[in-house]
Amino acid sequence: MATLQAKTIQALQDNRTDLLNEWTHSLEATGATRNLKGDDVKQQTGEFLNLLADALHNSGSQNINHENWAQTRLFLEKLSHSRALIGQDSQQTASFIFALKGPVFALLQREYASDGAHLAEQLWEVSELLDGLGMHTIRTFQKSREAVIKRQQEELLELSTPVVKLWDGVLALPMIGTLDSQRTQVVMESLLQRIVDTGSEIAIIDITGVPTVDTLVAQHLLKTVTAIRLMGADCIISGVRPQIAQTIVHLGLDLQGVVTKANLADALALALKRLGVNVSKAV
Amino acid sequence: MSEASSGTHPVLIEQDVVLARQLVRRLAQECGMRLIDLTKLVTAVSELARNTVVYGGGGYMDWAVVEKDLRPGVRLTFRDEGPGIPDLKLAMTDGWTSGGGLGLGLTGAKRLVDEFELETAPGEGTRVTITRWS
Repeated sequence: MATLQAKTIQALQDNRTDLLNEWTHSLEATGATRNLKGDDVKQQTGEFLNLLADALHNSGSQNINHENWAQTRLFLEKLSHSRALIGQDSQQTASFIFALKGPVFALLQREYASDGAHLAEQLWEVSELLDGLGMHTIRTFQKSREAVIKRQQEELLELSTPVVKLWDGVLALPMIGTLDSQRTQVVMESLLQRIVDTGSEIAIIDITGVPTVDTLVAQHLLKTVTAIRLMGADCIISGVRPQIAQTIVHLGLDLQGVVTKANLADALALALKRLGVNVSKAV
Repeated sequence: MSEASSGTHPVLIEQDVVLARQLVRRLAQECGMRLIDLTKLVTAVSELARNTVVYGGGGYMDWAVVEKDLRPGVRLTFRDEGPGIPDLKLAMTDGWTSGGGLGLGLTGAKRLVDEFELETAPGEGTRVTITRWS
C-alpha cells in the first residue's frame, strides 16, 4: 500500500494557516457551523490540524485505528458528542471533516503540479484518510444520539407515572400520551404498589390526556381495573370526553361494570361520597 | 371523487402506529373534520395499523385527501404481505381474536368509518381501505 509521502506531510504543515482559512470558509459555505460560536470552530479546526499533523508525523501508517491516532480519535469523539448534544444533525457533524477535503486537494494539486502519477496517488491516500476520520465521527455521533434518545425514553417512562394522593384513601393517576404496553405496565405496577403502601380504597384513573382510546388501551385499562378490584380497592375512570365516549360505543367495547366519569372533579366527588365524607361550603 | 394530495407511510413497527395516528390526525384537521369524526377516524387507524404490524408482519398505509360532492374526506389503505385472513366471516365477528386482543379491532374500525373495504386471501396478504367524510 502506498503511503503519504514526506513531501505531502510537509506541505500540509507549511500551509497550515492557508488550510485553516480555506477550511473555515468551506465550513461556513456548507452551513455546518450554524448555531456554533465562531471562536469554538476556530479552536476546533486549529486543534484538529495540529493533531492531524502530529499523528502523520509520528506514525508511518495512515491506519486511524493505530495508537498514534488515539489523540485524534478522542478529539473527534468529543467533538461529535458535543455536536449531538446541541442538536446538530449527522450531516452537519460529518461536514466538519469532509469540508477539509477541498482545501487539501487544492494544496496537493499545487504541490504536485508537474507530477501527475504522484498527485493521483497522494490524493487517493489523503481521501482515504479523511473518509476514515469522517466515518469515525459519524459513528460516534450516532452513538451519542442514541444515548440521548435512550435517556429521554427512560425519563419519559418515569415522568408518565405520577400517582397522586387526592384525599385520605383516594389515589389518582393522570395518564398522558400514548399508552403503549411497556409504559402501561410501569403505570399499573406503580399504582398497585401505591394502593398497598397507602391502604387506599379508591383509585381514579384519569384519561383526559390520552388522545386515542382504542381496543388495546381499553384492554390495558380493563386489566388494571380488574387487578385493583382483586386487591380489594375500587376504581373510577375519569376524563371520558364526548368524542371518546362515542368512539368506545362504536368500537363495541364493553365497559359495563367499570365506573366512569366525564371529569376528575366528578370522580373525586363520587369517591368522597363513597367514603362518607361530606364537603360543604363554610357559612 | 378527486384526489387533492396523497402519499405513503410505512407501518412496520409498533412506533409507526403512533406516527400513523399523528399523520391522519393532521390530515383530518386540514380537511376541517369535526373533533368527533376525527377521533373516530384516528381510532380506526390505530386499530388497523396495529393489525398491520402485529398480524400482517408490517406493511404500508397509503393516504389520500379526497373530495366528493364538495365534501372533503380522508381515504386510507392499509396493505401488508402477511399470511392473510383464512376465515373472513370469523374475523368479522365481534369478540373473536386470533391473537390476545379483545377481538373488536377490525369490526370496531368498520363501524368507526363511512366506507370499509377488505381484500384478503390466505398467503397473499391483506388490504383494508377506509374512507371517512367530514
